This record gives sequence, structure tokens and C-alpha cells, in this order.
Amino acid sequence: MSVLINKNTPVLVQGITGKIGGFHAQDMIGYGTPVVGGVTPGKGGTTAHGVPVFDTMKEAVEKTKAEISIVFVPPPYAADSIMEAADAGIKVAVCITDGIPAQDMMRVKRYMRRYKKEERMRLFGPNCAGVITPGESLVGIMPGHIYKQGRIGIVGRSGTLGYEAASQLKDIGIGVSTSVGIGGDPINGSSFKDVMELFNADPDTDAVIMIGEIGGPQEAEAGEYIAKYMTKPVCAYIAGLSAPKGRKMGHAGAIVSSVGESAAEKVEILRGCGIHIVPTPAEFGPTVKKMLAA
Amino acid sequence: MKAQVHTGGRGKAGGVKVCKSEHEVEAAAEGMLGRRLVTNQTGPAGKGIFRLYVEAGCKIERELYLGFVLDRKTERVVVAASAEGGMDIEEIAEQRPESLIRISVEPAVGMQAFQARELAFALGLGPEVLSEAVTTILGCYRAFRDNDATMLEINPLVLTGEGRLIALDAKMSFDDNALFRHPHIAELRDKSQEDPRETQAADRGLSYVGLDGDVGCIVNGAGLAMATMDMILLAGGAPANFLDIGGGATPERVAKAFRLVTQDQNVKAVLVNIFAGINRCDWVAQGVVKAVEMAGLDRPLVVRLAGTNVEEGRRIIDESGLPVITAATLAEAAEKSVAAAKNFKPGA
Repeated sequence: MSVLINKNTPVLVQGITGKIGGFHAQDMIGYGTPVVGGVTPGKGGTTAHGVPVFDTMKEAVEKTKAEISIVFVPPPYAADSIMEAADAGIKVAVCITDGIPAQDMMRVKRYMRRYKKEERMRLFGPNCAGVITPGESLVGIMPGHIYKQGRIGIVGRSGTLGYEAASQLKDIGIGVSTSVGIGGDPINGSSFKDVMELFNADPDTDAVIMIGEIGGPQEAEAGEYIAKYMTKPVCAYIAGLSAPKGRKMGHAGAIVSSVGESAAEKVEILRGCGIHIVPTPAEFGPTVKKMLAA
Repeated sequence: MKAQVHTGGRGKAGGVKVCKSEHEVEAAAEGMLGRRLVTNQTGPAGKGIFRLYVEAGCKIERELYLGFVLDRKTERVVVAASAEGGMDIEEIAEQRPESLIRISVEPAVGMQAFQARELAFALGLGPEVLSEAVTTILGCYRAFRDNDATMLEINPLVLTGEGRLIALDAKMSFDDNALFRHPHIAELRDKSQEDPRETQAADRGLSYVGLDGDVGCIVNGAGLAMATMDMILLAGGAPANFLDIGGGATPERVAKAFRLVTQDQNVKAVLVNIFAGINRCDWVAQGVVKAVEMAGLDRPLVVRLAGTNVEEGRRIIDESGLPVITAATLAEAAEKSVAAAKNFKPGA
């Protein structure tokens, strides 16, 4: 078992006929992900990578019974595509696109609130590497081979830093239940806390790695939840110790703009919540090992 | 007379002068133009003053603060106002938090007139300026929304002796991700206010932030780039820059990044750290070899490759015969590059 995705949850690819969407659709199929179709407006009726292409998400969901969607649509149109997925009844959407205007995401989040909480689509990203349940399903752009099957949950903003953590675990023989990217944008879909709730409820996850960074309130918010409700050990790393204040470090959301948003402050907050701190980004492996032994 | 520099804290640093005659205006302009203004936000290098703004003085009755931000916690536009204008928002939040009035805007319908009226009354503005206040506040909201701003601040918004509201200052920040639909905003870019290294990087489509250290960094992914900088710091060194070459980096792109980082004369060692997902290690390796063949290698170079096509990438580096220091892990890469920077003697 795992959270969010497994080998039986059918997946649609929004933007499957594009260069990037097509490349990763092929990669996901190769991993074993049940990709059942794609959507590109105007290309309905054709096929791509061996699966049917539809004009609209509504039609695609109706015909394929897909529950998951991954969005590779370019930034100007991506917000629209996410809302289309929500409207079509998709349960989990992963948005890879980097560069969506923040106010577009504000409107997407507002739009999603039209649905009752229990029926509301879960969104991951934008600007994330996606979700992987090793050995079962890859809905993202990560290199599948660096993830070993196992019982550690990973949630992080950064893609490559998540790879770093997963491969350090693999090197010492520890595997991952599910790795979830929440993305580097200032206004994103699911938060650290949302994913922490999923891992807390998942019987096949024993402990969680949280990989945060400078900027925004979500790490502290998750810390509060962990202190109060989490029944499993959590360790955390916050990137950006060396980042100057007020400068955007690559990710649109990685900027210290108010009190409590620097790496040092977040580390202190999380430590105060009883979370194990990963002292350096080279020590994900040893920290998890120590945490599991405790 | 106000210096047009991309920073706050101008007044205290001498970037704002009150002039009483044309002669004084001339003298103040001469004193400011071409100088660098160092404020509490610029760092020691300061910002060059190349533009001035001259406006008529007025009799100030009251100074107010009015600000709009895209609030990450509520995921809405939040308006903050205070009767304590003149102080910056952090000072107000710290010293007079009770004076802060906050209003959250519902994204589906936008800011409503009643919200602007509530703000105006809470600021203690009387009925005689109410309609002007509402027009100003709603106008600011529209400017914020329509231009994809991330911050808009008027500090101070003054009530004059004649009972008029005037914005004595205005600052806006815009969402880089939305510039594609606002060419008129993109045109306002003022390169004289940027770090020249960053201007070059931006012109080449690279995500770069210049810092003061001596280990140049070329990394893929923003998180890993920050973690690499942190690792250099923890290994006793100092990063010279943040640089994310992004996903799908071609050899040409890597070569560009390499040239950019080695142009910085402070850089005493270069660290290439790639964990390839979408990227391919063989492409990165080709880019590094190509860049070194074109520009030569006058400083130590540490390369750490992991992920997709890693064997192929390492083989390309090995077979190039270049004096590259290789590392298998992040820790090893940071330690080797910090040591290399410390031992580097220019011209040796």
C-alpha cells in the first residue's frame, strides 16, 4: 500500500502530445504506471504513446475512468488545465509546470473550494517533480531507478533534493513508501501538513522525511501538526541556510520575506516541535537510520 | 527630490532631500546623481543613483501606511493599512501592531467598495476624504490585480493640510512568472539596479543569484542548488553564487553556465553538482568538457554526477583527460571544492 497512487490507479497525461509531456508519458509507461490516455485540445481521436488522446478532460475521464492526472501544459494555460481536471472529477492532479503566475494559482485554489472537502481534487505542485510509489507507479519526472521500495515517506518542495534523499536511503538499504513533491511555488496545491496527514494515516509508512526550504509558512504549519498529532517519527531538512534575505533562490517561493521564513528560524521552529533535524543535506541516510533505531 | 533606486530605506540614507528653491534642487541633484546609495537593505555595495524624481512639496497633516501583498498563508490578496505611516511595515508590526488593519480579498469577486470604506474609517479618515480614499484604495487593488503584482506599498499616503490624499511614495513588485502577459512591465526593467552578473545570467535564461564567496556553483534544481551552497558553508567555505541550470540542460546550456560562473573573478574553485532526473549526466559532462575546451581551465574544477546516465557522464569526464576533480557524494564534492578554493593561487 501507499498514499495517493498505486499500480491500479489509472492516469491521464494533460499535454501528452507536447515534447516534455510525451517524453515523460513514455517514461512513466516504461516504469509500469497505468497511463490510460492523454488530453490535448484539438488532437482528440488520435493516439500518442499507444494510448488515446482526447479533446477534453471530461471526455477522457468518462471514457477511461481515470482518477489521476499529470499536467505538462505550458505556464500560460496550466491553471486552466488544472481547473479542467478538477471539474472532470479527477481525484489527484500533479502539476509539473514551472512558471505559472501566482495570481492564477490563487484563482485555481479558490475554484477548487467549490467542491466539498471530501470530493475535492488533491493537487500537487505546480513546479514539482511529482509523486512516486516505488515499484508500483510513477506520476512525475523523477528517475524511477533511484527509489527503492520500502516504508519511509518523503515530502519535499524540491525535486532534485528529493532525489538526493531517496538515493542516500537506497545506498544504505532503506526504501520509500511514497515520495511526494509539493513544488517550489508560493501558492501551491497540497501543503506539507496535508501530506503529513496522509502519511500519518498510512499503515505502510513508518517514518517521514520532510524537505523544506526558505520562504512561506508551510513548514511551521506542518511542525505544529506533527507536534500535536503525528504518531510516527519525522525528520526535516530546510534548504537555504546560506541564502540572503529578500532574494529569490530559483523557486518562485524560495524567498525570505517575513519573520520565521529563514532556514535557521524554520529549523528552530521544527526542532521545538520534536522533529529530528537533518544536520546537512549529505546526512538524510544516517538521520533516518538513527531515527528508526531510536 | 527622490533617488529612484530599487531599495527601501532611502530617506534615512540620504536618498530623499527636501528642497526650497530651484538652486537647492540643482545642488541636490548634483549631489545624488552617479553616487551609490547604501541603505540598510542594499548591502555595502549600495545601488547606483541614475534617476531622480522631483515632486511638489505639500503640507502634511497625517501620514498613513497602505500596502497590498499576495499572502501565502491565506492564498489571497491581503491589504494592510496603518495610521502610523512613515515607519516601515516591519517596524509597525513590531512596535504598533494594534495599529495594523488587515483586510483579505475574496479572489472570486475582488475587493469591494465596503472593504475600502472600512479601511478608510479605521484609518480615521473623515467623510470629506472618504470618496477619494475609496477611489485610491480600489485603484491600488486594480493595479495590483491587473499587473500581476506581488507587492504594492504606499508609504506614506498623506493627508494634506488642504484635505487631499497624496501618495508620497509608491513601490511595486511584480510576479516574474506573469511578465509574459505584461510586456509594458517587463520594459521597465532597469539594468543599472541589478548585479551585472545577474543581468548576464538573466539574458542567458539562467537562474542565478550572486553572492560574496569563492566557490562557484553549477547545480540542477533550486533545492539542490541551495543545499549545495549550504554544504559548502558547512564545510567551512563560502558559495560565490546560486545557479540552477534547470531541467533538460543541453551541453550548450551547461557551457553557458560555466562561462558565467568563471567570469566572476572572486571564484577560486568551481563545483558542478548534478543529480540528473530530466537531465542526463552525459549531456552535462559534454557541456563541461566543451566549456573547458573553449575557455580553458584556470581554476580547480570539482564535478559530482549522479542519476540518469551517470556512468556515461563519468566516462566522458575521465576520457577528456582534463584535470577534473571528481566526487561521488554531495559531502565529498563540497569538501573537495572548499579545499581546492583555499589552496588555489591565481596564476600558479
